[in-house]
Amino acid sequence: MFSFCTDPSILPTWQWYACYLTSGTHQAFYWSFGVVILLLLLAAPMALLFGFGGALAMRSRFLPLNLLGKGYTALVRGVPDIVFFLFIPIAIGQGIEFLLHHINCPDWDQPLRQGNDFRVCADARVPPRGSPAWVYNVYGFILALIAFAIVFGAFVANTLYGAMRAVPRGQIETAEAYGMTPRKTFMRIILPQMWIFALPGLSNIWMILTKATPLLFLLGIQDIVYWARELGGQKTSLYKYPHPDWRVWYFLVVLVFYLCITALSERFFDHMMNRLSIGQATSGGDRLRPKGKKKAKAEAPA
Amino acid sequence: MKKLTLAMGVLALGANIALADVVRMGSEGAYPPYNFINDDNELDGFERELGDELCRRANLTCEWVINDWDTIIPNLVAGNYDTIMAGMSITDARKEVISFTQDYLPNDPSAYMALAGTPTDVIDNGIIVTQSNTIQAGYVAETDADLIEYPTPDETISAVRNGEADAVLADKEFLEAYVRDSGGELVLIAEITLGGGIGMGVRQSDNELRETFDAIIAEMKEDGSLNELIVKWFNEDLTY
Repeated sequence: MFSFCTDPSILPTWQWYACYLTSGTHQAFYWSFGVVILLLLLAAPMALLFGFGGALAMRSRFLPLNLLGKGYTALVRGVPDIVFFLFIPIAIGQGIEFLLHHINCPDWDQPLRQGNDFRVCADARVPPRGSPAWVYNVYGFILALIAFAIVFGAFVANTLYGAMRAVPRGQIETAEAYGMTPRKTFMRIILPQMWIFALPGLSNIWMILTKATPLLFLLGIQDIVYWARELGGQKTSLYKYPHPDWRVWYFLVVLVFYLCITALSERFFDHMMNRLSIGQATSGGDRLRPKGKKKAKAEAPA
Repeated sequence: MKKLTLAMGVLALGANIALADVVRMGSEGAYPPYNFINDDNELDGFERELGDELCRRANLTCEWVINDWDTIIPNLVAGNYDTIMAGMSITDARKEVISFTQDYLPNDPSAYMALAGTPTDVIDNGIIVTQSNTIQAGYVAETDADLIEYPTPDETISAVRNGEADAVLADKEFLEAYVRDSGGELVLIAEITLGGGIGMGVRQSDNELRETFDAIIAEMKEDGSLNELIVKWFNEDLTY
């Protein structure tokens, strides 16, 4: 990084640290914070989408769809996360290769499973053989993202399903009295009002999602916990920057990072809570109501 | 759906163009001097240098992939990479799942490392720490000593330093750098011989690749270039 870094063993302290903290491995460490944030920012909307679909399926009166929704949430919530994180990328990866194999190599005569090995023809390999390393990394990241979305989508589905049912019956009855179709009732009455009931559950799931990101390392992605462990470990004189066990400092940095995410999230959810409470028939909504109007409402029945 | 088909088509097309022989070489990157990530974030060590030389002689383009030790065999079998060069001893149990080339490093003795002043009898009745899924872990499990396992080599050293374990059992060449750097704090207290040399792991169905590398390892043993590498990274005692 700096010109004076060629021989770190003779450097004074501050320069040694300047070189050490900008080494190739440290740059990869800093980069991995971005990877974690990117995963969070992409996984959250995807999980919300999966969850919304799941909740709609659970509400459906069409039996197969209803069973699919209920089966999805029950299955994913019932099986340890880690099993799904390992299972989904392998299943999707092999599934895609299996499909491509049948499209590209119809006259392949060897069995796909040879003992322990899963072997498809060369044209069916994903990513294709010979791809640069970054293609593998992006592919791995996408599979991990899908795994996160499916697992957390199941929890979101259950939360949204509950939130939809928490919208006061009176609201729905009024909509029906106005002659709204079930579809319109859902779009105009339930959908806008359910978020306030979903929010505490969703913020919980978000917090768990942020804490689950170290599972990325299981899928071969070098995340911040991996780097903290790798960089903090004792380095012998084989390395350019030998040092004793510094893991505690590296983990402290990771800890502060997660605490910052938590603090930011708390502020965001507080803000959302206030916004969504406006005009709601909840105690939170009541508290936000301007003084005058509240009084008017209290007088109305009389 | 159309987009998906298109994307798949593009991928398939890419496969046809890029059929150049790229071999993905898996390694752990945490076991100096066999293999480790250096400060420039590149794989370094004996196996990196040997692997690059093997590929050069075989006219293959090679790419290194880092994978943690515990899942290094399953991910080879799943096709994430094509070879393993990670200080892996050739054992019968591993041979049931993957196959090996001939050994490229002879039987490196394993050693017990402990804090200076630790009595030698801890190897029979003390607490011994090893990396999980290693031949050393398998060996300690059969002795009377208590076994603690950690997923990375580095954590096994920490366990000895902080007193959690009486001694660590690992390849001697790996431990020596720690002994040297500790200035007398850490010492080797015993040595044993385990395993049958270190070889390159490949999928059982990949006979062609195995034979290619096997032939080149034999060639390198014959012309002395393998010994040169061994002397550079280890010592004279380990040459063929």
